[in-house]
Amino acid sequence: METHLLSIMIFLPIFGAVAIAIFNSGPNGSASNARNTAFLTTLATFIISLIAWGRFDATDASFQLTESAEWFAGYGINYHLGIDGISLSLILLTTLLMPICILCSWESVKQRVAEYMIAFLLLESFVIGVFCALDLMLFYIFFEGMLIPMFLIIGIWGGTNRVYASYKFFLYTLAGSVLLLAAMLYLYFTFETTYIPDLMNLAPQLPGDVQMWLWLAMFASFAVKVPMWPVHTWLPDAHVQAPTAGSVILAGVLLKMGAYGFIRFSLPMLPFASYALADFIFFLSCVAVVYTSLVALMQEDMKKLIAYSSVAHMGFVTLGIFAFNAQGLEGAIVQMISHGLVSGALFLCVGVVYDRLHTRDIERYGGVAHVMPHYAAVFMVFTMASVGLPATSGFIGEMLVLVGTYQVSQWAALFASTGLILGAAYMLWLYRRICFGELVRSEIKKMPDLSWREIAIFAPLVILTIWLGVNPAPLLDLLHAPVEHLLEHLYAHTGGQIGALRGEAL
Amino acid sequence: MSMVNILLILPELVMALGACILLVWGAVLKEKALEGVMVCAALILVFAGYMVISLPSEASFAFNGLLRFDGFIMFAKLLILMAALAALILSANWTQRLSLSCFEYPILILLSCAGLMLLTSSNDFLSLYMAIELASLSLYVMAAYERDNVRSSEAGLKYFILGALASGMMLFGMSLIYGFTGTTNFGVLANLSELSSTPVPYGFLTGLVLVLVGICFKISAVPFHMWTPDVYEGAPTSVVAYFATVPKIAALVLLGRLLYEPFAAYIEDWQPIIIFVSIASMIVGAFGALKQTNIKRLLAYSSIGHVGYALTGLAAGTAQGLQGVLIYLSIYMVMSIGTFAFILWMRRGSEPLEDISELAGLSRTHPRAALFLGLMMFSMAGIPPLAGFFAKFYVFLAAAEAGLYTLVVAGLLTSVVAAYYYLRLVKIMYFDEAKDPITGELLLASRLLVVICAVVVFFYFLMPTPLIKTTELAVTWAGY
Repeated sequence: METHLLSIMIFLPIFGAVAIAIFNSGPNGSASNARNTAFLTTLATFIISLIAWGRFDATDASFQLTESAEWFAGYGINYHLGIDGISLSLILLTTLLMPICILCSWESVKQRVAEYMIAFLLLESFVIGVFCALDLMLFYIFFEGMLIPMFLIIGIWGGTNRVYASYKFFLYTLAGSVLLLAAMLYLYFTFETTYIPDLMNLAPQLPGDVQMWLWLAMFASFAVKVPMWPVHTWLPDAHVQAPTAGSVILAGVLLKMGAYGFIRFSLPMLPFASYALADFIFFLSCVAVVYTSLVALMQEDMKKLIAYSSVAHMGFVTLGIFAFNAQGLEGAIVQMISHGLVSGALFLCVGVVYDRLHTRDIERYGGVAHVMPHYAAVFMVFTMASVGLPATSGFIGEMLVLVGTYQVSQWAALFASTGLILGAAYMLWLYRRICFGELVRSEIKKMPDLSWREIAIFAPLVILTIWLGVNPAPLLDLLHAPVEHLLEHLYAHTGGQIGALRGEAL
Repeated sequence: MSMVNILLILPELVMALGACILLVWGAVLKEKALEGVMVCAALILVFAGYMVISLPSEASFAFNGLLRFDGFIMFAKLLILMAALAALILSANWTQRLSLSCFEYPILILLSCAGLMLLTSSNDFLSLYMAIELASLSLYVMAAYERDNVRSSEAGLKYFILGALASGMMLFGMSLIYGFTGTTNFGVLANLSELSSTPVPYGFLTGLVLVLVGICFKISAVPFHMWTPDVYEGAPTSVVAYFATVPKIAALVLLGRLLYEPFAAYIEDWQPIIIFVSIASMIVGAFGALKQTNIKRLLAYSSIGHVGYALTGLAAGTAQGLQGVLIYLSIYMVMSIGTFAFILWMRRGSEPLEDISELAGLSRTHPRAALFLGLMMFSMAGIPPLAGFFAKFYVFLAAAEAGLYTLVVAGLLTSVVAAYYYLRLVKIMYFDEAKDPITGELLLASRLLVVICAVVVFFYFLMPTPLIKTTELAVTWAGY
């Protein structure tokens, strides 16, 4: 049965953006109307994504809720949408974080509110589109289109050095993406189709050296997005300068698109090259985990510290993906979801104190726990989740990734585990410097505790982080079928090389 | 097939005759004639478009094979007429403020437009040269139209001297080709090459290269681009809006016809040249614009870059490449017209503004204008889902299919560099603090044009099929 659930989900935010543009933009527009419209739209999108979850059959590995329509007549490029468990889990993460982002900018964004909300709604559309697209061209359009609103969000509502950061973000990502476009062009004119499920079956037949080139071109794009060491340098700048909600969405969702690209394109379409270059990815990931953790230790800026920790955590994700076993892949996706929730929440935590003291300098804080006990408790939960404490979502993801990696490479697992220890070091140290210690500064004594709005923002994140940590089964159920399917696909197309590893694993 | 098939050039004839009548009208009524001449010229353009559509789309010849008409040429002529009409509509904002009597301006547009249409139709080097001169002479006058303005006069003179040089080279090339083959007719040339099996004489190749040089000058491709920034900066903005679109469309279509018809057999000889020119144009366009602060100079470099991208399609030497060029030109025309409408709007009082820093904080003072230019810039940078992305997509696809990977990768990477300066305009409008507000106004017709440009650029992705189908048909009709 043809449903239009995915299209509705993609276009509803655009519709909201247009409504705001028509009724609330310009100098006379009402800021509160724009806020309300944006919040209701994102909430409605979230509800639709829940309905999609309800209709989704987790035992089926194929793409579901598919839609198709003719788009480029005669070119074989069509409008195809569909989701599997992997994309559904990321869509749910997106639609959940969006209303939270709108809520957290409720008071902190005072200028050009209507434009801000429009940019966020467009961003949401594009992100959902990326996860739903079953056509390369459609994927690319959403993947790139997202740069425009994000560029504006960082550049208009960002911090003091926002122009530099927005440029760096835009040009870094664009430079990577155009190489993805080159790979796409090659795939398209070789197979005369851009339908992703078809390409998954056709592309693995390409000869090895062609696969290598295509893989590297795609890697350029996805690695920048993830971001992997050494192309991660745009991330700290973008995070530090972006407004709080921008950082949340950047860390929570945008980084996941790179990893999603690896899972959706690199692995199934170019299995040979993925297998051959897995060691390369392992190397980069291990460097990312260890090096950026060390860099994070030395940061004086709260946002920068969390940004570097993001790079380290995404290093786990790439490790898991290229372990080619069920634990690794599922762990990587759980880690993506968990990182989306936790790092998003950590940026929100920074935003809360930033709104009060207007500085991100760790030095300027201390003893916050005395005046803001609720805040300290919330911050503690997310610190622990970021460290990977059992019973938080962070633990499940990192544990599975380590188990998966260990079966393939003990060395990689060893280095990755040191990342865990370093992670504990910098996160706990950050927490100590902000929340504990003597309460000496007079301006901190005046800081009020969390408001009801802020509690409402944090509550779902706290609940989900702990719930996923205690009972990850609902999420893992979504992932079993597509991951199993992907591994069988890899097995079939690499002459059993990947399967041999997997055999040991199982 | 009749030897003298005058019907085929009826649109051009109507335009030339109309221009003569309007000239008399203007000479009699002097200043009062401007509005009437303007409206009549626009009507003539529309009528010519109607006549072009009603011509048969199968290949037919006129004047003993001097001129050719088919569906491909029909598409090109329609594109030219549309761009000319848009440029004429925009110029109304400028002529009404001009102190000079300027009823000649629409007449010059008619004449140059007729010349450029003949250019796309020409099927012989003789008719080609005649058409190119008819167009160029009008264009030189247009560039120097504000004769009280030193910069405009300078632009006209520069354009004239370099243009004459290019025409001379082209003519020399043609005579070499004639000397070595004994014919100037495209059809005969194409068949000759199929018959001969001997190595191609160097004299003929030199002729080919010289003809290409002449055309590269007209489309401002590197290394024959030097005049472009100066002429763009000096000439009146309405004239530049015309320069950036109409002659480029015509010359690129002509280049396509030359490469695909008489020179088709020598693809191995011209392909490296086109690839070099294309890459050089993309690089110079991207890096040259980085430091520009005058918006017209910036757009001059941007147009050099765009020519480089369009040439990517021709370099492929395939039907799909030609189709890509047509799509590219159509979308480029819309983006250029929109951008120049914006520049015409940039005024404070009666003083036109050209420095990009004047746009600071525009998103606060004129949010809609800022949104519009932002849209055009993101589209020119080739960011999806805007139309500019698809334009690049088609030509790169054709080039990739022809195996020209260097070209594709160079194009993709330079488009990242180019994105930087397009973004700079967005940055100035959106991130910088507001300055004195711009107080420009556009006439109703121009505002309508702006809306159309915005709609096409933004919503092209929803309905890409009509343009694809039409261009595909056009290329099939041409029989390439």
